Amino acid sequence: MLLDLFHKTRETSMEMKPQEESDSRVVTCKGCGAELKAYAYGKNLYVCPHCGRYGRLLARTRIRQIADKDSFEELYANLAPADPIEFPGYADKAAELAEKLGMPDAVKTGVCRIGGVETCLGVMDSHFMMASMGSVVGEKLTRLFEYATEKSLPVVIFTCSGGARMQEGMFSLLQMAKVSAAARRHSDAGLLYITVLTDPTTGGVTASFAMLGDIILAEPRTTIGFAGRRVIEGTIGQTLPEDFQSSEFLLSHGFCDKIVPRNMLRGTLETLLKLHRQPKPKKRQVWHNDK
Amino acid sequence: MTNNKPASEKMRIIHDTKRPMLSDYISDVFDDFVELHGDRYFGDDHAITAGIGYLNGMPVTVIGHRKGRTIEQNMDANFGMAHPEGYRKALRLAHQAEKFHRPVINFVDTGGAFCGVGAEERGQGEAIARCLYDFIELKTPVVSIVTGEGGSGGALALAVADRVLMLENALYSVISPRGCASILWKDPKREAEAADTLRITADDLYSFGMIEGVIPEGQSGAQLVRNVGRAIRDALDELAKEPDMDTMLQKRYEKFRKIGVFRQINQEEIEGV
Repeated sequence: MLLDLFHKTRETSMEMKPQEESDSRVVTCKGCGAELKAYAYGKNLYVCPHCGRYGRLLARTRIRQIADKDSFEELYANLAPADPIEFPGYADKAAELAEKLGMPDAVKTGVCRIGGVETCLGVMDSHFMMASMGSVVGEKLTRLFEYATEKSLPVVIFTCSGGARMQEGMFSLLQMAKVSAAARRHSDAGLLYITVLTDPTTGGVTASFAMLGDIILAEPRTTIGFAGRRVIEGTIGQTLPEDFQSSEFLLSHGFCDKIVPRNMLRGTLETLLKLHRQPKPKKRQVWHNDK
Repeated sequence: MTNNKPASEKMRIIHDTKRPMLSDYISDVFDDFVELHGDRYFGDDHAITAGIGYLNGMPVTVIGHRKGRTIEQNMDANFGMAHPEGYRKALRLAHQAEKFHRPVINFVDTGGAFCGVGAEERGQGEAIARCLYDFIELKTPVVSIVTGEGGSGGALALAVADRVLMLENALYSVISPRGCASILWKDPKREAEAADTLRITADDLYSFGMIEGVIPEGQSGAQLVRNVGRAIRDALDELAKEPDMDTMLQKRYEKFRKIGVFRQINQEEIEGV
């Protein structure tokens, strides 16, 4: 199900470029309105020090925060969206965003090290059409899973999405099945998949690979759900509580393993990846006890 | 074999209450059908009917979205919009079919998975995701038929199959035309126009390589049901010819793996953007 989110979010990011200390630009926090120095905001991982609001990150910023320094090697960067059903305005919009953001679609995929552990990393970027999933997002993530399966590597995906990309019609819906199938094969090979749910993770991405991690982490106070909040409010005719479809809501209903603050994410991922680093047990061996 | 009616007209056809629905297929195509209930976790979702019966003497598992003809029936079936427990019931019976080596026949006819508070609390996203994740590797033949509305993820959950077939007037879409019109033009009344933009007819999907066949509807409801029965038997006959399970599962994987249209750009373009 696709959500009507992406036409309204135009958060001009201050995290576009690494900020210098001398940078005097000021960002206004969208949560509390506090004026934040760009450099300090970046140093604080784009979390407002006053109200704790989490800024939405560009994929490359997230990669910088998570991957070991200079370890990220991008894969499949050459895939760009087509316009398979000639949807009004789609090609222009995609081209315009590609130019503005410096990425051809809504996900970056590659191999990196996290705490020294070689890992396949996929990071979705809400600045590109609310990270809706079309053929490119589906294909890149599928290839990432297939690559990881072949090389016996773990996969970490940072999700955020408005859902399937309506502008690609059924091509987008079927990406849900395609990525899930590749995730399944990766899992059947005995490999680890961790999803990190970030704001907002909804629709077809929630209803596919976001919910399929062996371990599902989430950033605090993110919106995670299947249907759009307004759609549900329309159905039931009443306003929903503030924390409905938040990561805290998911945790309390048993659909996510752990809420991890942004400054702890890297360390938590490192710990989890290392916990899964031992080789598969040999036949008949009950557990590893070599050391 | 098919017709050229626009999607907007097919939208009306598939909402005709005289059109055959799941209960008709169950009573006319299968023998000795026994309905089975519940997901074993939470409850029994009346939006999905599932059970076992014979198809030409062969035991099969049948799962499908249920709709009704009267308002009472439709209220009971939640208009074919399933909650997570519906998808979990479907999956439970799919795994049961795998255990007993029965083919699974899915009937898809839903406006979409239900959007509500309980559905979110009980993990609608997870329930659908798990269907995609398990049906792709289900070690028994799976045939899905979109008989009316194929509404987004709620339809896809029952349409990961070795053969996906559509009735000639059925539609299968990523978003309801109404939802699309609301987003695109801020005007849900333009749903007919959106339906024609989205490329959601059986012919469209066949031309995209997303489905394996279009089932002609014929002149009457009875003929339509007979055609569906024949299409299922033909599909199962074909699948019986697969040399082994791994080959069938590999073909199922590749069928979904190949879907997607994108451009390959060169290095300068990547740096240029």
